[in-house]
Amino acid sequence: MIPAVSAVVLQLSCVAGLLGIAVLAVALSRSKSATAVIYGTTLAICLAALAGSMHWLLGGVANATDLTTLPIGLPWLGAHFRLDALASFFLVVVNLGGAVASLYGLGYGHHDPAPHRVLPFFPAFLACMNLVVLADDAFSYLLCWEFMSLASWALVMAHHREAGNAKAGYVYLVMASFGTLALLLAFGMLAGPAGDYGFAAIRAAQHTPYVATFVLILMLLGAGSKAGLVPLHVWLPLAHPAAPSHVSALMSGVMTKVAVYGFIRVIFDLLGQPTWPASVVVLFLGGITAVMGILYAMMEKDLKRLLAYSTIENIGVIFASLGLAMAFQASGLKLAAALAFTAALFHVLNHSFFKSLLFFGAGAVLTSTGERDMEQLGGLIHRMPLTSFVVLVGCVAISALPPFNGFVSEWLMFQAVLQSPELPQWALKIMVPAVGAMLALAAALAAACFVKAYGVTFLGRPRSAAAETAREVDRYSLSAMFILAALCLLAGILPGLVIDALSPITMDILGGRMPIQANEGWLSIAPIAESRSSYNGLLVMVFITICASLAVFFIHRFASRALRRGPAWGCGFSDPAPATQYSAESFAQPIRRVFGTLAFHARDHVEMPPPGDVRPARLRIELHDLIWEGMYEPIANAVALSSERLNRLQFLTIRRYLSLVFATLVTLLLVLAIWS
Amino acid sequence: MVVISDIFVQGAQMLLVLLLAPLLTGFVRKVKARLALRRGASVFQPYRDLLRLLRKEVVLADNASWLFRVTPYVTFAAIWVAAALVPTFATGLMFNWTADLIAIVALLGSARFFLALAGMDVGTSFGGIGSSREVMIAALAEPAMLLFVFCIALVAGSTQLSTVANFMASSNVGLRVSLGMAMIALIMVALAENARIPVDNPATHLELTMVHEAMVLEYSGRHLAMIEFGAFLKLLLYISLIACVFLPWKIAVFGTGPLSYAIGAGAYVVKLAVAGFLLALFETGTAKMRVFRVPQFLGAALMLGLLGTLLLFVSRSF
Repeated sequence: MIPAVSAVVLQLSCVAGLLGIAVLAVALSRSKSATAVIYGTTLAICLAALAGSMHWLLGGVANATDLTTLPIGLPWLGAHFRLDALASFFLVVVNLGGAVASLYGLGYGHHDPAPHRVLPFFPAFLACMNLVVLADDAFSYLLCWEFMSLASWALVMAHHREAGNAKAGYVYLVMASFGTLALLLAFGMLAGPAGDYGFAAIRAAQHTPYVATFVLILMLLGAGSKAGLVPLHVWLPLAHPAAPSHVSALMSGVMTKVAVYGFIRVIFDLLGQPTWPASVVVLFLGGITAVMGILYAMMEKDLKRLLAYSTIENIGVIFASLGLAMAFQASGLKLAAALAFTAALFHVLNHSFFKSLLFFGAGAVLTSTGERDMEQLGGLIHRMPLTSFVVLVGCVAISALPPFNGFVSEWLMFQAVLQSPELPQWALKIMVPAVGAMLALAAALAAACFVKAYGVTFLGRPRSAAAETAREVDRYSLSAMFILAALCLLAGILPGLVIDALSPITMDILGGRMPIQANEGWLSIAPIAESRSSYNGLLVMVFITICASLAVFFIHRFASRALRRGPAWGCGFSDPAPATQYSAESFAQPIRRVFGTLAFHARDHVEMPPPGDVRPARLRIELHDLIWEGMYEPIANAVALSSERLNRLQFLTIRRYLSLVFATLVTLLLVLAIWS
Repeated sequence: MVVISDIFVQGAQMLLVLLLAPLLTGFVRKVKARLALRRGASVFQPYRDLLRLLRKEVVLADNASWLFRVTPYVTFAAIWVAAALVPTFATGLMFNWTADLIAIVALLGSARFFLALAGMDVGTSFGGIGSSREVMIAALAEPAMLLFVFCIALVAGSTQLSTVANFMASSNVGLRVSLGMAMIALIMVALAENARIPVDNPATHLELTMVHEAMVLEYSGRHLAMIEFGAFLKLLLYISLIACVFLPWKIAVFGTGPLSYAIGAGAYVVKLAVAGFLLALFETGTAKMRVFRVPQFLGAALMLGLLGTLLLFVSRSF
């Protein structure tokens, strides 16, 4: 019999271990074995933390919590930590992502030119994410949140000499500070005049609608900016790709989920019953984020930036599901709320799988070719067969296609959308189908986007010498990717297990749950009842396999097996130059034309030289990031202008300074006099 | 014993769609030829074409990858599974519960995903142009399809096709404006998804105007046969879908015995013939539109779906 150690203490000791590794990494930073030692130990600790949190989650006791207080932090408060079903689920996401990223790092880290800039921050980043999820008072939460931002900022700046990375780090820092400020104010409002920062006290208190509204707005600003909600997403496509690829995977796959956790914790748990107007806002933002994120991704030709934009889309999907859950919960439709909430959590899990996988794939491409620009790649399927296979799995999964996991969460979400006629509010009745159509559009565009990403990067003919001489990557990286690909398939064909594992959370947070899926025959899932809708990923996969095998068998047995290689046909106009292939930009052209004229003011300029001139004709594409140009640039310009004006104050004579001080004093005294 | 008969009926359905699909396409082609005052090829020509293609050797481009060779089978299998899940002559078949309407649409999406990738594989510009246009059309068709599903689910209370068909076959549906709108939306989506006129022309030989055909230009032999067969099946699937949702006339309810199955099968063939004739009539009467008109066409389908849904809400609350 193992002595009963409190689960939260176990998790905290893992965090302490991670912090210890971070210190060790500083000491070891210049030694040769540092990479292997640091990633190896991080992997071990993440696995331990994963096992602990899985055990807690699958233990499946609703309303079970485990508390502990450490004598650090504010002297009268201490640091509270708490483990419940919701926290344990997000711990699973964090530590699973951390474990595979460490495994990947074992191979990938050797290619890092400056490992001492990554190694100390990597475990520290993981430790902070764990702590954010465990925190049970506002002070610890904010402190860990800020350290999480700083650790990831340091990782973004690891390759600070590369073009654009300094700007990325700067924008990230500004947006992270802004987000923390919003969170600080949100917790300030929640704590109220009594100023009790413990989550238990906040949960117990009654919040006025006025407070609830402000907290919602502040959480959307704070957690939303970290998660990447449009229009607060601008830092994300800059910062995520700038970091080393396994850190990009953590930032996109895991850190955005920690932000989602923060949102869920405050809005669903601490604030109490949500209201329906709040759900309208969240739904709308989610839908817009999903569509805009994927449209940005479609226009992108840098592989890692494309993935970062696609993260924005997925965050939109998650927030839209959460908005639906809020709407149903506000009207007391517990079953539908549990369905939408489960869809959101399932998508959190799925996205952490396939986005990590795809970032690892992009990292593999980057290691073997040195290129992130898709226009310089192509034909990698011949040179990196294993990587291209797992990335294909990731692409199918993220495009929400059966039988993989992305489809299941989207399917659950659409089932939740179909429950919306039950809602009594007319605004929601009309809005939910419209948001549903937006999400369907986003899903279809995601498929288009990943056909583009995969087709241009891995298929076709190599567009550069680097792509032509690419080599398969090391075994550690491959095994990390294969594990994630297997998880994508498993979650896709056995979704009932995941849904049942999530039910303690919905019981905790919403007080309702989906029907027990283990009772359905043949491992089907049925969100409401089988006669309404059901899906069976396992059978779909088995059927497709059988049908394809049958077709192959019959054809190879009874028809021709002859095969001859020849030059590509291309209607007889095949040009051997790789430049004649469709590129990322040309592939995006139809969609750019349909959606881009509105979303990006896209315009194609054809520059045709006059007759007799031998210059080649050129096609120039004009795209505008309207959010950056319309929102951020004016703010940045205003800040620059005012600081330029204020700058003059630094070069005054001592006489002027003295008179300024005197004038200020007099003004303040006057104000005081008039006030009283 | 019951399980065996279940499997038998389900297997019969899978074989039936496989056998009828080329015939349907041949029939549509024949009617189109007659309408153009040509004699046209026999209705059995598609079978002959498939057999001929199957016997030929495959000429593969030098740099075609394994993905290019696997895709024909994957797409064919995905479409076949989807077609087997749509009720044709009977509802409530054994595996109908495997996937609802949303999942069936997504299965077709999987098939398209692989086909679009295969179009990019050899690295010719025709493949690229076909793939990029195909995914654009799909991106526009998907939201319209979802709103259609929404509208149907609102009426029938389910996205499970068997339940929908049984509900529609029962007498208490009546005539509804919303359903008419949903049907038009579905037909428009079906035309786009099957690369029919006015969105795409299956018979054109001018590569620049093609979408679907340009994408599969590099295929030959048995691979091409699989892709063509998949396209035939897809047309059959969409017509079955329209028939089972909007015209479940004489469709057999599961377990009612061989006679009602036979009646159901007969009715199904009649429905296919009528739908094929109407399709040919429509295609003869319209011209193909420019590629960048398609957004308006499918936008109209989307609006019809939304309007149908809103009308349902309004009619429910008053």
